[in-house]
Amino acid sequence: MTEQIQNEPPQHDHGMKQDNDEDSQQYLTFIMANEEYGVEILSVQEIRGWESTTVIPNAPSHVKGVINLRGTIVPIIDLRQRFGIEVLDYGATTVVIVVKVAIANEHKVIGIVVDAVSDVFSVNNDDVRDAPNFGEGTDLSFIKGLTNASDKMVILLDINMLLGSEVLPEAEQLSNLINTLDAPQQQVVNA
Amino acid sequence: MEIDLSQFSQVFFEESLEGLDAMESELLNLDVTSPDDEAINTIFRAAHSIKGGSATFGFSQVANYTHLLETLLDEIRDGRRQMTSEHQEMLLLSVDLLRNMFDALMRKIDFDDPQLAQLEEQFNIEIDKGTQDSAPKEPDSSSDTSTEEESLGLHRWIIDFQAGVDILRCGNDPYLMFNELSQLGDLSVNLAEHSSPEFTDIDPEACYLNWQLELITDQPLERLHEVFEWVEDECSISYSSTPIMNENTELDNEVSTIAPSGQDLSQESASEAVQANVESNRVDETKASSQGSKPKAVSQAKTPETSSIRVSIDKIDLLINMVGELVITQAMLGQIGQQDEIDEESLIALKQGLEQLATHTRDLQESVMQIRMLPISFAFNRFPRLVRDIGQQLGKKVNLVLKGEDTELDKTVMEKIVDPMVHLVRNSLDHGLETPAERLAKGKSEVGTITLNAFHQGGSIIIEIIDDGAGLDTDRILRKAREKGLVGQEEELSTEAIHKLIFKPGFSTADAVSDLSGRGVGMDVVRRNINDLNGTIELKSIQDKGSRFTIRLPLTLAILDGQLVRVGKHIYVVPLVSIHESLQVEPNKINRLSDGHELIQLRNEYLPVIKVYQEFRHTSDAKEIKDGLVMVVDSNNEKIGLLVDELLSQQQVVIKSLEDNYNRVPGVSGATILGDGTVALIIDVTGLVSMAGITNIKEHAA
Repeated sequence: MTEQIQNEPPQHDHGMKQDNDEDSQQYLTFIMANEEYGVEILSVQEIRGWESTTVIPNAPSHVKGVINLRGTIVPIIDLRQRFGIEVLDYGATTVVIVVKVAIANEHKVIGIVVDAVSDVFSVNNDDVRDAPNFGEGTDLSFIKGLTNASDKMVILLDINMLLGSEVLPEAEQLSNLINTLDAPQQQVVNA
Repeated sequence: MEIDLSQFSQVFFEESLEGLDAMESELLNLDVTSPDDEAINTIFRAAHSIKGGSATFGFSQVANYTHLLETLLDEIRDGRRQMTSEHQEMLLLSVDLLRNMFDALMRKIDFDDPQLAQLEEQFNIEIDKGTQDSAPKEPDSSSDTSTEEESLGLHRWIIDFQAGVDILRCGNDPYLMFNELSQLGDLSVNLAEHSSPEFTDIDPEACYLNWQLELITDQPLERLHEVFEWVEDECSISYSSTPIMNENTELDNEVSTIAPSGQDLSQESASEAVQANVESNRVDETKASSQGSKPKAVSQAKTPETSSIRVSIDKIDLLINMVGELVITQAMLGQIGQQDEIDEESLIALKQGLEQLATHTRDLQESVMQIRMLPISFAFNRFPRLVRDIGQQLGKKVNLVLKGEDTELDKTVMEKIVDPMVHLVRNSLDHGLETPAERLAKGKSEVGTITLNAFHQGGSIIIEIIDDGAGLDTDRILRKAREKGLVGQEEELSTEAIHKLIFKPGFSTADAVSDLSGRGVGMDVVRRNINDLNGTIELKSIQDKGSRFTIRLPLTLAILDGQLVRVGKHIYVVPLVSIHESLQVEPNKINRLSDGHELIQLRNEYLPVIKVYQEFRHTSDAKEIKDGLVMVVDSNNEKIGLLVDELLSQQQVVIKSLEDNYNRVPGVSGATILGDGTVALIIDVTGLVSMAGITNIKEHAA
């Protein structure tokens, strides 16, 4: 697998299309628990520092609350908690990536809290591997695929599926899965 | 210069629906025996412009159908045919049918209703009946004229049309003539050389334009003359023709000057601007097809789902003034800000500036809200038809009185209040009003009266639905309620309490489920819909005298008078309308039920208390009722206490939706942004009460 770090001009007018006619797409990567994840850069609206939120009563724990983003009420989701990874205190590098997603034909703006942003990569579509199959009962549809960038594995996320679908695997199971993505051949986790 | 027509179709739909409304109301008011010319003209005009527009946009189904209406109406208008009540009925049915057609077009689904063919047939029979003495217009539709080029004997007519300055003043509209020409063949309209006066000298009613028309048709010159028959005296028109050989003849290059002609073409003024749009598009479309190029595919982005609103120029002017004031104030404040030192004098100026700023902001806010305000006649207008139809169906004689139609109301509120109102009016007709015979027996006039009344009261709008019918039958309601176990067998209730029963879920006064009511939508739904709008509904009824439903609604859904409260470290907004009072409860007034619920004694009542922090599952400083404040709020006409830590300020808040980017949250109706930029959630009192599941606690306690 070859490395693809190019500085291509951003591609226009693809919006949030999942299938791109072009050969490569740009991804914004971020770090969480030493893993690197990527989201399509076209779905990223802005990157902000962490600010305190207004808590929503009875919301799931990964929903940190809502903030005022220039007059729009935007929910903030902690991706660590969403993935069931051990919760960290927010620090200096903690950022909120504001993404635009299409959920059930509606466009929504949602912020995700991650440990730190990392880089922007251009990834050739041919270099994206499918996520390994962990067997029945494990829905990984929110993982678009795996790729390599700078000799490091990047988990490419399908942000629409991730924030839209409520069929995520149980949190604990998911964190195990993500831990094993690095070396899927050594260990298989079953439901 | 190719224009995607689809971007205008939304405007066309709105225009057409308005036209249908006008048609309907004229038809309803029409005295069939001696129809008013103006009314017939209005109906004709509506049908005519719908036909023209729909042909332009390629909605041939609508165009073909309205053509039938138009043909019939034209004959009635010209006195060649007598209007009958049968015609009236057919036309009313057509209004419904066309509404459905537009609905289907807007949702981009196929329209398939057997009634269409049936009515078409009926119209055709009617039209044929009266044609012995007058030749009918040939039922062509302009949408397929371009194919006519294939037939023989085609000529290219160049018509120089020098319109007289007074042409519009005489009631002649070039648009209509061009429209008629376009039905003869393939028409392209070019603006010819003309001289218009200085802008300041323009008389809006005068016409300064000349056109060169190019028509490809197989029709004889006489047909062209017919079109211009009425204006030949005042305009100079010259015709020249060449037989067609080559399709790719050069077109005049003046097409690009068409757009500005739009405004002058329109006959009346602002509202006709849209017609001008349609006009210039039509020209463009015909031009495109005459060049042999296909019109652009109709898929530029999605059709905007958003509805638009018509605003009077006055309101816009007011806004512009207001913004001007605001800019001045801003400049003044900016000047003070540039000073290095603030002395006492500039401090005073600063304070004054800030006060001004506050005033202007408030005024601006009010004016912006005004833009959303529409007279309630938009909602009232549908009732004459509804009452007529249902009255006929039930064999009841009804007189509908509309009052306060000019009362203005926010558009979103209006949209949401119509359904509950329809339900109430139906109820009044079905259950309230008696049959003519019953009325006579009671010594009342044979004709019943239903009154819709709207007026402002404080910051609310009141809508009343009053009938002079039988009133509620309290005995029967009580019997029913006992049957259903809503009321204990021995329990005695006041008349008022019995009336309230009809708002209970699953309660219907009708002995049998009739066609009109009892479709599973009960008064409880009506009340819930009104509650969702932060409104209330009350009922007053006197047996054999009638009933009066009073709906009280906030003027707008976008702004709310709110009471800020603190619970723990969270700040919530409670709508001021639902708050009765707030109090600190003495420990000896607190009672605990065996199931853990707590009640407070307030004067002679026992009220259940909801601990907000418990329902919202977060911390608070006041865990016990005695430690905090109890806010007495109204939920479904019952008083409930809410335990909060502290009351903060009262202020107007702008309501923001949580659902736009997140989900509906139980107990929360929305969010707002406070002065410091943070978000506060607005408490949905009714939702909170049902979350707490204590709706029946009062009955337990009683």
